[in-house]
Amino acid sequence: MTPEELHDVGQKHREQDAKTPHHVRVCMAAGCMSQKSDEIKKTLEKAIKEKGASDPCKVKCVGCMGLCSAGPLVRVDTEGQDSVMYQNVTVDDSSEIVQSISDGKPVERLVCDTNVPFFAKQQKIVLENVGEIDPDSLEDYISVGGYSALGKALAEMSPAEVRSEVEASGLRGRGGAGFPTGLKWGMMARNESETKYIICNADEGDPGAFMDRAVLESDPHRILEGMALAAYATGANHGYVYIRAEYPLAIKRLKNAIRLAARAGLLGHHISGTRFSFQIEIRLGAGAFVCGEETALIASIEGKRGQPKPRPPFPAQSGLWGKPTCINNVETLANIAPIVNKGGAWFASIGTEKSKGTKVFALAGKINNTGLIEVPMGITLREIVFDIGGGIPDGLSFKAVQTGGPSGGCLPDRHLDMAVDYDNLRDAGSIMGSGGMIIMDEESNMVDVARFFMEFCMSESCGKCIPCRVGTYQMHNLLDRIAEGQGTHEDLALLEELCITVACTSLCGLGQTAPNPVLSTLRYFRNEYLDLIGEQHIPAFVGQEASQ
Amino acid sequence: MIMQAEKISPPSDDKRWKVVETTIRRNGASADALIETLHSVQEWFGYLDDDALRYVAARLTLPLSKVYGVATFYHFFTLKPQGKHTCVVCNGTACYIKGAKKLIDDIHDRFDVKLGETTQDGQLSVLGARCLGACGLAPAVVVDGEVQANVDSQTLISQLEGLENDDA
Amino acid sequence: MSTQPHIITLTIDGRELSATVDDSILTIARQHKIDIPTLCFLEGLSTWGACRLCLVEIEGTPKLLSACTTKCVENMVVKTDTERLKQHRKMIIELLFAERNHICSVCVSNGACELQSLAQECGVDHVSVPYRYPSLQLDSSHDLFRLDNNRCILCTRCVRVCDEIEGAHTWDVAGRGIDAHVLTDLNTLWGDSESCTSCGKCVQVCPTGALVQKGTAVAEMHKQREFLPYLTKMRRNHP
Repeated sequence: MTPEELHDVGQKHREQDAKTPHHVRVCMAAGCMSQKSDEIKKTLEKAIKEKGASDPCKVKCVGCMGLCSAGPLVRVDTEGQDSVMYQNVTVDDSSEIVQSISDGKPVERLVCDTNVPFFAKQQKIVLENVGEIDPDSLEDYISVGGYSALGKALAEMSPAEVRSEVEASGLRGRGGAGFPTGLKWGMMARNESETKYIICNADEGDPGAFMDRAVLESDPHRILEGMALAAYATGANHGYVYIRAEYPLAIKRLKNAIRLAARAGLLGHHISGTRFSFQIEIRLGAGAFVCGEETALIASIEGKRGQPKPRPPFPAQSGLWGKPTCINNVETLANIAPIVNKGGAWFASIGTEKSKGTKVFALAGKINNTGLIEVPMGITLREIVFDIGGGIPDGLSFKAVQTGGPSGGCLPDRHLDMAVDYDNLRDAGSIMGSGGMIIMDEESNMVDVARFFMEFCMSESCGKCIPCRVGTYQMHNLLDRIAEGQGTHEDLALLEELCITVACTSLCGLGQTAPNPVLSTLRYFRNEYLDLIGEQHIPAFVGQEASQ
Repeated sequence: MIMQAEKISPPSDDKRWKVVETTIRRNGASADALIETLHSVQEWFGYLDDDALRYVAARLTLPLSKVYGVATFYHFFTLKPQGKHTCVVCNGTACYIKGAKKLIDDIHDRFDVKLGETTQDGQLSVLGARCLGACGLAPAVVVDGEVQANVDSQTLISQLEGLENDDA
Repeated sequence: MSTQPHIITLTIDGRELSATVDDSILTIARQHKIDIPTLCFLEGLSTWGACRLCLVEIEGTPKLLSACTTKCVENMVVKTDTERLKQHRKMIIELLFAERNHICSVCVSNGACELQSLAQECGVDHVSVPYRYPSLQLDSSHDLFRLDNNRCILCTRCVRVCDEIEGAHTWDVAGRGIDAHVLTDLNTLWGDSESCTSCGKCVQVCPTGALVQKGTAVAEMHKQREFLPYLTKMRRNHP
């Protein structure tokens, strides 16, 4: 499709939509789906049909609306009026909701107030279409400006110009380490090779993060467009989406999106009549966290055991089948189309000096509002936890927030006023990570939390290098002893020594960061370790030496 | 001639092998489609037995040990048949903080089955998941494909007992 | 079309050395008799980079890099023997000893074991981490050879030599993490393996007493590795 054709399709679709004064949007992302939102959609449609409403009314399946803890969520949008959001909807509420549309009076008992900080404090770039459009409709995506960035880049920009916009935006990789995306693309572009690959890393393995899943389920074309732009900017011609097999809904929607985009000529040969060709295939993960690591992910796409390789060489030099390969995370790719459309300077105006744009976080744990949020970089942890998150339930007090998953750390209340960005989090002993944010209250046991993450790293270690394979086992064993009240001061000292060796000598990021949850809890909650060890546990031989 | 291009036939006449064969052909029987092929076998047969691994190795021209190595590396694959019913307990951070460990312990106490195992009578498999992405609904479990939100031990155990009784 | 190899200069442990950009740090160090300990590396096989014993410090790089996989770069300054590296190496060897059941006094490779001699070289005189004492299998089903998983350190030399040199790919690694182990075919007994050619190369390259010839008594198993550089050189010259 050419930019003009895209514009026409969008225009037509918007006009078509405008004929229907009422739209009922039902959240059909995994969280609400698990609470039968698909059946709610059916009963709503049935109720509308039975009623034969005088005003035309359309039920639309959309992606994640964010406030998962209040799901299933339904939103009624009426032309010229404020939208009404309903929470905890059940199938039995359907006819009442439909009735309320023709009455023009909302169902008060179900209304979810959207004038609260949870919604007001968010700023949406990555999630701007999420919860708005039907993920299975290409026209829906085009009608909100979808694929216009690709059209613009192909018609008006050289690959170098696309790269320089991304570089100017200051966008950093959203998968964890925060490597500047522009630099990564530059490395890849400099490498002259007939075959180059773009890989979308959708192997979201952090056991407390689900933003990539929400984006894939709610706005899959955004990722395809981001990948196509990345391919154009770096000279790649083939793409893979490496996605967890545990996300069947995301896989289904992504497959459908690829099919629709290819049929519309937005993927495939000679896109928009230009010389640029790009196709995308899906590859399924099979339950290995380590495959989020770039070289392990490549091994897995090649059909091998997902074991990482020492870098250098970097994938941009020698990646998939030895060819230059650029791997970007889902959220990173979701930022590309807006950057190309609105310019790097616009993106760079949001956020802090070294961390630009917004970040999506998955709020969970001991917090009132759990769900998906998108906030500008530089917001404080306090705003996230207490304003957006609504604070801690059951009248308990805040103890720590865990960011970065198994590679991250736990931050105590004294860091609540810290501005959230890559560097501040790192300096405080955690990392940005992919954006899982787990809140812990005063009843949470920090040694147990450290043990939980170490158990995770131990069972996700690929077993290739010795420090990670045996070190994580030994650290878990020591944490287990300490958590069960059988640890000694020697155990604690050995644990700290192991943390350093495993961090410094492991082959890949999994092992190098595995000690982080232990190190950060030792830094901020050392007393909890010491309380569990106590004085009575001085080992026998130390006692003997002392008495001699 | 030792290496004759003889046809490699599936382990049985089971129709499901035709679907697996489609996956293999779609990927040109190439070695890098090993994981895709194993996914297909497991999707249709529920697990990967020796005959299946042998057939996949032969079709993709891969060493047996390599196929076994890949099948055992990825936790999504299982070499043993699953129980009649499955209960997947989410073990993500949010679920853990909200008591998933207690669920696993209580299931163990009641049914004498550990995570990743199947009861002696083959009725129930208890599996762990790294994160179902339903952190807002923690702790979450999936019983026979149905997600249950905010679960407590008592309800879960009586539900699992109900499954066994329904069959009896 | 012959191109001159690009010669560069680098510093290893204070010595200025020349190399080509295709040489690894380990190759150049060994050429100049600078000893860097290794376990998974073996001349003639592909590099694996897993044992982490050959880690070196490189000026300007915060991370420690493995000498076997890192290529030489112009003006690179490498240190191979700092206190920090020594401490890490010692800990890695201790972790290996504690992982499985390495009891030198009853091992046929006693005195000719690379793990044992490395422990001595690196000054390991006790193991500070708790022993795991896993219960592991002995596979004596093969007519000529024996696999003792208790002594395996998962260096994968056997896997690589069988795949890359013999071309049989009888060996591979199964499972992952602490449960990983070497296996033949579909985890069948070695003696029942359909693909094994009984060439014995895996036995000769094994650094410990994990793969041995049957009938050897304690400290009798001496491995013959000369074939490997010879074979690789011959194949390179007469492809």
